[in-house]
Amino acid sequence: MSEFRDQIEAAIPALRRYARALTRDTETADDIVQDTLVRALRSEHLFHGGDVRAWLYTILTNLNRNRLRTLSRRPVVTQIKDNDAATGGPESGSRDITRALDELAEEPRAALLLVVLEGLTYREVAEVQGVPIGTVMSRLARARTQIKSYLDGERPALRRVK
Amino acid sequence: MTEQDRNVTEDELHAYVDGELQAERRSVVELWLTAHPDDAARVAAWRGQAELIRARYGAVANEKAPRQLNLARLARRRRRGVAAVAAAAAIAAFIGGTAAGWFARGAEAVTSSDQRRFTADALEAYRLYVVEVRHPVEVPGDQRPHLVEWLSKRLGSPLRAPELDKMGLKLVGGRLLPGPTGASAFFMYEAPSGERFTLYCGHTSDQETALLYTSKEHNAAYYWVDHNLAYVLSGPAERDKLRAIAQAAYDQIDVRTPPQGG
Repeated sequence: MSEFRDQIEAAIPALRRYARALTRDTETADDIVQDTLVRALRSEHLFHGGDVRAWLYTILTNLNRNRLRTLSRRPVVTQIKDNDAATGGPESGSRDITRALDELAEEPRAALLLVVLEGLTYREVAEVQGVPIGTVMSRLARARTQIKSYLDGERPALRRVK
Repeated sequence: MTEQDRNVTEDELHAYVDGELQAERRSVVELWLTAHPDDAARVAAWRGQAELIRARYGAVANEKAPRQLNLARLARRRRRGVAAVAAAAAIAAFIGGTAAGWFARGAEAVTSSDQRRFTADALEAYRLYVVEVRHPVEVPGDQRPHLVEWLSKRLGSPLRAPELDKMGLKLVGGRLLPGPTGASAFFMYEAPSGERFTLYCGHTSDQETALLYTSKEHNAAYYWVDHNLAYVLSGPAERDKLRAIAQAAYDQIDVRTPPQGG
């Protein structure tokens, strides 16, 4: 029981990191982590061993998906990349990856972050997202292709066309 | 055809980058990349992306976590029963747009005025309170007898808060709301997945009805009348699931015996 708590405790830094990248907003991220922890504590009696960490990632991923669903519309990120002086300077690399993440759909973004930031295996990501591994891989491929195009300077609007 | 001859797939390139490839295939991919500069460039780009992401967000894990994430504190709050209700917080799915006007569908399009008014109010209450973090209810579900007694008194009719545990739904609690015909009772239930369902109830002079379905964006409701009380069961717009829950509530409420002490 307290081992369960210890495992949750140990996962908090990673959950914050994942949530921050997932939402790109500090407060929203910590709110989601808090909800994840409360939910985990509440479901303590339902947990019969297994990987607490993966389970926490699952809760957090679902909470964020629900959160996005509640937004009646997503904020539109406007690209003013080429002539925007603010994109220069030492931080431009970071800023660009953040914007690149903004451009992704939720599922590919979560898949990519779970793999490259959180170090989950494809199998673990498949469990977290509740999809087959093949779907994880296609989400990963989509995310990477889109980020590459973005960083290479293509206008995202051109690729958004359905 | 040997291992070496087989073309390297894009999936394998991803698996290579992510360290998911078996050793023998890894050397094949490495060989392949020396002969396929386009693929080598992609692999390099993907690695670069991962570096950027880690550079941007990796340090978050070293930050001191804010007080709101103190696990012992959250556990204490939970014991006090506050967080238990707050828990579903962001599960807040289901908020639709702001458009007003509810509509019935298909063969069920014949709507009495009470059906329309009750369903509209019930869905509005659902939308409002299902996302509520701190105070989704006035009286928590662990005080079920008190809750039912209080709401029965305010409505002037014996009510029941159906037991939906068999459907995996726990009573979060309830509250009193203004309704189309005066006071309305509002019960909230929650699934382990965080989905919430609400039962809204008030007086009507309408004839008894079977379950009538209305959907509005992501939400939906079943309306029925029983013994001069109108009921609306609201939830996410999954019709079959909602119907099953409404049916279970209907069956319990329909029992022609006095309520058994909540």
